[in-house]
Amino acid sequence: MSYVPHTNAERSEMLKAIGVADMADLFPDVPARVRFPKLDLPRPVSELDIAREMRALGGRNVAVDPSLSFLGAGAYHHFRPAEVDYVLSRGEFYTSYTQYQPEVSQGMLQALFEYQSMICRLTGMEVSNASHYDGATALAEAVLLALNVAQGKRGKIVLSPAIHPQYRAVLKTYLGGTHAATIVGDEDASADLPRLTSLVDQDTAAFVIQSPNFFGQCEAVEGLADAVHRAGALLVVVTDPIALGLFRPPGSYGADVVVCDGQSLGIPPSFGGPHLGVFAARMAHVRRLSGHLVGETVDADGRRAYVLTLATREQHIRRAKATSNICTNSAVCALGAAVYLATMGNNGLRQVAELCFHKSHYAAGAIGKLKGFTVNPQAPTQTFFKEFVVRLPHPAAEVNRHLRERHGIIGGYDLGRDYPQLRGHMLLAVTEVNTRASIDRLVRALSEIAR
Amino acid sequence: MSRSAIPTLHELSVPGRHGVDLPAPDVPMATLPAADVRADCGLPELSQLDVVRHYLALSQRNFGVDTGFYPLGSCTMKYNPKVNEEIARFPAFAETHPLQDIDTVQGNLALMFELQQWLAEIGGFAGVSLQPAAGAHGEFTGLLMMRAYHHARGDHKRTRILIPDSAHGTNPASTTMAGFTAVELPSDERGNVHLEAVRAACDETVAGIMMTNPNTLGLFEEQIEQVVSLVHGCGGLVYGDGANMNALAGIARPGDLGFDVMHFNLHKTFSTPHGGGGPGAGPVGVSARLTDFLPGPLIARDGDSYGLAEPKKSIGRVSTYFGNFGMFVRAYAYIRRHGAAGLRANSEHAVLNANYLRVKLRDAYVVPYDRINMHEFVCQGAIDGTGVRALDVAKRLLDYGFHPPTNYFPLIVPEALMIEPTETESKPTLDAFAAAMHAIAQEAKSDPTLVKSAPHDTPVRRVDEVKAARELVLADRVKVG
Repeated sequence: MSYVPHTNAERSEMLKAIGVADMADLFPDVPARVRFPKLDLPRPVSELDIAREMRALGGRNVAVDPSLSFLGAGAYHHFRPAEVDYVLSRGEFYTSYTQYQPEVSQGMLQALFEYQSMICRLTGMEVSNASHYDGATALAEAVLLALNVAQGKRGKIVLSPAIHPQYRAVLKTYLGGTHAATIVGDEDASADLPRLTSLVDQDTAAFVIQSPNFFGQCEAVEGLADAVHRAGALLVVVTDPIALGLFRPPGSYGADVVVCDGQSLGIPPSFGGPHLGVFAARMAHVRRLSGHLVGETVDADGRRAYVLTLATREQHIRRAKATSNICTNSAVCALGAAVYLATMGNNGLRQVAELCFHKSHYAAGAIGKLKGFTVNPQAPTQTFFKEFVVRLPHPAAEVNRHLRERHGIIGGYDLGRDYPQLRGHMLLAVTEVNTRASIDRLVRALSEIAR
Repeated sequence: MSRSAIPTLHELSVPGRHGVDLPAPDVPMATLPAADVRADCGLPELSQLDVVRHYLALSQRNFGVDTGFYPLGSCTMKYNPKVNEEIARFPAFAETHPLQDIDTVQGNLALMFELQQWLAEIGGFAGVSLQPAAGAHGEFTGLLMMRAYHHARGDHKRTRILIPDSAHGTNPASTTMAGFTAVELPSDERGNVHLEAVRAACDETVAGIMMTNPNTLGLFEEQIEQVVSLVHGCGGLVYGDGANMNALAGIARPGDLGFDVMHFNLHKTFSTPHGGGGPGAGPVGVSARLTDFLPGPLIARDGDSYGLAEPKKSIGRVSTYFGNFGMFVRAYAYIRRHGAAGLRANSEHAVLNANYLRVKLRDAYVVPYDRINMHEFVCQGAIDGTGVRALDVAKRLLDYGFHPPTNYFPLIVPEALMIEPTETESKPTLDAFAAAMHAIAQEAKSDPTLVKSAPHDTPVRRVDEVKAARELVLADRVKVG
């Protein structure tokens, strides 16, 4: 009864006011057959003990030093300014709910409006929603948007195999609910961009790529949007928000919808969630967007104010005809991303991106010199960012065990788990939190198993 | 309270200002691909103090549970224990990467395994997947499983989902996304779904029914067993919208009532914070016939160690990695703190508080279904002969320092105010709220303009929603630099 404030006297008074004798009388409609089940749950612990117990549970994980982790593949260790968690810890923000009462929600509304503004600039797009669950569900909703634009006349989705495998899996689950859609392209793991582009035709609703892609490589996007648009399809781009600090944004090369996972923007990896679904698009699609949108307006006295807008797209108004079922989103993570972007600023984000670029190239260069290791064997000359592929002289699982047990290093992602032709390859991620010393340690550790 | 607008980040930005101090590269610099590099990414430039003051100022214009009473119906705005916030931030949890080898994350897997077990026990289910990220996401997941179940039996005729007219909007929206057609069922004069309408609708095209129980009127469906039996009788499945589980934990298990699948809202029943709209978590529990269809991976135990398991006919992933793990940590700690008796006490007091408010308010406001309710109830906010409507009452409550109830929902009650106090509110708070509601009802008669033009004491007054939708300013137009 830890958080229930009632005294016995108050409880009695309240029961009396209601006109029942005791607490059990409050449930007359619950069938007696099922009422008051005996739940088999562990005996409760006190508030003093819970932190101790949870610390012990956490202690069953191997402690990770982020500077000695080279695992990425969609979730990353990045520097998080202390301001982010400071702001996220404000109860006024994190204990509030969706801004249905704008008069007492201006703080969150303005913060989300500013988030939308920064996401638009970062992606080069015209409109951003106020967040989605994660990158993969944002991608699924982007494809639903494209199918919606096609109004049943186009059902083909051309999907690059170089998109995060779990994003593709989530998309396929989403499309499992009859949307008369077929996915082509990703069944051939080696399909490159020109080959995929040739699949785009009059039946295609969307061409979906990732850049930098799952392997860390920047795709050759020049002229791509023109080809896609000539066929009447939409170009959907999955990206990395840190890469946007350095590289031309998808909006500049003609993307119609841009999605990504915003976890890198000040949010801890947290074993995979909660993360942040970033979803931005051209203004032409604003009425088909899913999720909340914050708009600027004025109040009764003419002062600038913010409010949730275009709610007529949403489930609580449109019900079965809504653009999406989304209600709860990832607002507090969007707030965290906004604080991150505001603190890093124009130059800070660029610096982070450059550090990722230089450090990943330094690591790739050194590993590529080791006997038996080949860096980016599938595309040795393509620009890469933050992540790169390494062909190993041993199975990836063995290499990772060696790194961890002998050197306390968390190694890369075993690409053979998703791409059979990439058995014996791993994906390594290097960010600004990996020091030169930690990279050198990784290279030394790998050199012990070179051949 | 200052009422002048707070400048936006972009208005505060001064080119050349910086907020962080990053190290210079400690490695040789690689050559940047000049043609692909952007000139500027358009972000504002501020000092750390600028950023902190900005967000502090914004936070002071936001109302949370920590600020005051927040009786938002169907949202369960209960206290979010601070110890859980601290625990979720332990580096041992927060810094773990979801793709680490499973032998390095046994603590996380143990936590998720136990949470799966506990939720199954609390809901009376055979299996649980923690993966869905929110309630609506759980609904979508459940409906996809129902579809997969019928298809696996070679039954492709079932295209309709029955949904009472009192349901949350997410129910029909999820139904459409999952490729079904939503069929709306009327309610009866006691606020239950109309049993004869259920009977008439049940045939071999029904994939299932979505029941919110207690429903959005806060009433436990009096004929729930007959409804379940009718739907099962025609070969359909019963989906439970777990949004109102805060009335039922330790009181009744939906699985025992015959529900086949239900989502839990960890951000409601199990007190993970609402975060200004999210993130939440919407684990789904299922009966034995649906366990093979759960989204994988699930967490499995083998002796003292934990691993991942893929259900045989899984519908596939619904989100990356494992779902919103940070929410699992908080919910785990919360259940661990309460145990079985504590969860039951929570539900009992949530129901006690809601009934207490109902009897305190029924003299001033029409309560259309005035009988013992569960954790919430609905009254009507229109005050006869004054022109004052539910929206006005809601806005006037802001001047009294209370967050308004959910308004104009459920749709079947005109001028609805849907009130859910939760168990963590004390009697003095409820009394103060009831006093404010009575005062507003008086004001509506003595000075209706005062109520109709409320709020008066908030950072902004009523906002122009029409202008927002017509002019669509969705991003800051100020140019940087």
